Amino acid sequence: MRWWAVLKPLVRVIDLRKWFPVRMGFLASLLRKEPIWVKAVDGVTFDIYKGEVLCLVGESGCGKTTTGRTILRLIEPTGGQVFFKDVNVFELDKEELRKLRQKMQMIFQDPYESLNPRMTVFDIVAEPLRVHGLAEGEELTDRVIRALENAELKPPEAFLTRYPHELSGGQRQRVGIARALVLNPEFIVADEPVSMIDVSLRAGILNLMMDLKERFGLTYLFITHDIAQARYIGDRMAVMYLGKIVELGPIEDVIKEPLHPYTKALISNVPVPDPDAKRQRIYLRGEVPTPINPPPGCRFHPRCPWAKPICREKEPQLVEIRPGRLVACHLVA
Amino acid sequence: MPLLEVEDLRTYYITRAGPVRAVDGISFFVEKGEVFGLAGESGCGKTTAGLSILRLLPRYGKIVDGKIIFDGVNILELSEHEFRRRYRWKRISMVFQGAMNALNPVFRVGDQIAEAIMLHENVTKEEAMERVRELFEKVGIEPSRVTNYPHEFSGGMKQRAMIALALACNPELVIADEPTTALDVVIQGQILDLMKKLRDEFNLSVILITHDLSVIAEMCDRVAIMYAGKLVECADVRTVFKEPAHPYTQGLISAIPSITGPKTKLRSIPGVPPDLLNPPKGCRFHPRCPYATSRCREEEPAYVEISSGHWVACHAVT
Repeated sequence: MRWWAVLKPLVRVIDLRKWFPVRMGFLASLLRKEPIWVKAVDGVTFDIYKGEVLCLVGESGCGKTTTGRTILRLIEPTGGQVFFKDVNVFELDKEELRKLRQKMQMIFQDPYESLNPRMTVFDIVAEPLRVHGLAEGEELTDRVIRALENAELKPPEAFLTRYPHELSGGQRQRVGIARALVLNPEFIVADEPVSMIDVSLRAGILNLMMDLKERFGLTYLFITHDIAQARYIGDRMAVMYLGKIVELGPIEDVIKEPLHPYTKALISNVPVPDPDAKRQRIYLRGEVPTPINPPPGCRFHPRCPWAKPICREKEPQLVEIRPGRLVACHLVA
Repeated sequence: MPLLEVEDLRTYYITRAGPVRAVDGISFFVEKGEVFGLAGESGCGKTTAGLSILRLLPRYGKIVDGKIIFDGVNILELSEHEFRRRYRWKRISMVFQGAMNALNPVFRVGDQIAEAIMLHENVTKEEAMERVRELFEKVGIEPSRVTNYPHEFSGGMKQRAMIALALACNPELVIADEPTTALDVVIQGQILDLMKKLRDEFNLSVILITHDLSVIAEMCDRVAIMYAGKLVECADVRTVFKEPAHPYTQGLISAIPSITGPKTKLRSIPGVPPDLLNPPKGCRFHPRCPYATSRCREEEPAYVEISSGHWVACHAVT
């Protein structure tokens, strides 16, 4: 039995849905009875185990960011449930949710936009402590300094009075990490935390995140479009396509032997930094359709090189076809 | 003789705070039919180098020194009129960064490409449109879609249209600046294969400008690594990836993850790239270099050929 089978999940996501209404004109709203929805996340189920890094991988518009944000209730869900330990996150009132947020934090994609340019580094990192009323005076300063130190901004005192524009992209993202760390969270959603950062500095941020995970026993949901990055930092990987998870499993296994046709295509197209690598790309027809009216049956069937009649009619379920490997495909199941 | 030779090119941006030395003495050549990679991090000057070759710099950008010899002619000595009439787009063209969004939304895609052809060649509208259909066919867009507007195209199709635009006048050299950066990985793969196919079909030379070393490894014959306005290393792609000589190249290669091979600990390069208003004295990489000596801090290393076809600018190597 593998380790995840005996562990209790820290976070359980069950049939999560987030639909956004499409804004209609006044006339259209009179003529049309039903609103149109963008089904950004449409029935997503997975567990995140304590101490693991679960990577949520997919192309732009597949719903991975919306999934991360809805889990933390930064945006309100349309349906489904999320449990943090035994607490149903979606049933909490405002005050209870605020308390729980201490345990669940987020690191954002763009460190140029997620830090208030008018606040000093001290104020940015101190704000969560102030909001939660956890520290003041000297203790506040101590905790901020410790968080900056943990994010490897050295010496921390030198950063306290600086503003975001005085920092490099890598330093800014470290401030974002310090802000997430300062509350001693257990679970962090990291949304493309290095995609805006220079190549030479990315590894530093990823290594820092891995060190922090070990030191503080953190659990990450790591959202990325870059499978090589996912392989570096993650334990398991969930591949999303058009609002659904199509495949989930240990990253090395999925990369070595992808089972879902979409995962196969995705992995065959990832460029490899080795001029000797001989690889055969799998071509996909067309591009990702809009999530407004996703195709019936399997959402991937219009692009799937191996689609059968059943794929057009019946939606495949995400099922465990061997221990730890889940796939949503009629051809595999 | 190479198709393009760049010799000691210097391009500065004149600002109130002083000149920003975006390109500060770079030399390289591109052979006929080869894909030459120009790689480096944001702000290293790689896009400026590309724009200099097409003489398309913004007003405050000035080529202050150097030669750009294209097919035996120093194109920096030509008048703007002459260059525009005989070289720009006819013989050298470009796929711009974020080019997908460069299409004018209120004109048909086909008309926009036909316009470029008619500006450069003495053809009728019908002949130009026929050419656009052929180009669409070549880049993998249904020819009937020449009458579509940009919003009817997907991201990948827009990028194909921009490649068609670059090929409109049968150029010999195409400069592609981050041609796949905004695209998803599946579409990126298709665009890269398309560029390889076009290279083979037309014996086209391509300068591929990108920060993504994985794309370089898949696409290029030779590659130059740029850092803070200078080239630090240039060689065939295998040498650069298997036996990188410059500490910066070594650092970059050990900083990128891969889906193949054993999983090794990545190393980041300490520090940050310098400010090009006040680049460091000596070797520009010395503040971040693990092997820096006092000589590196004082004396700028020369860019020398350490073995056949392998250039490096580093005191520790030469």
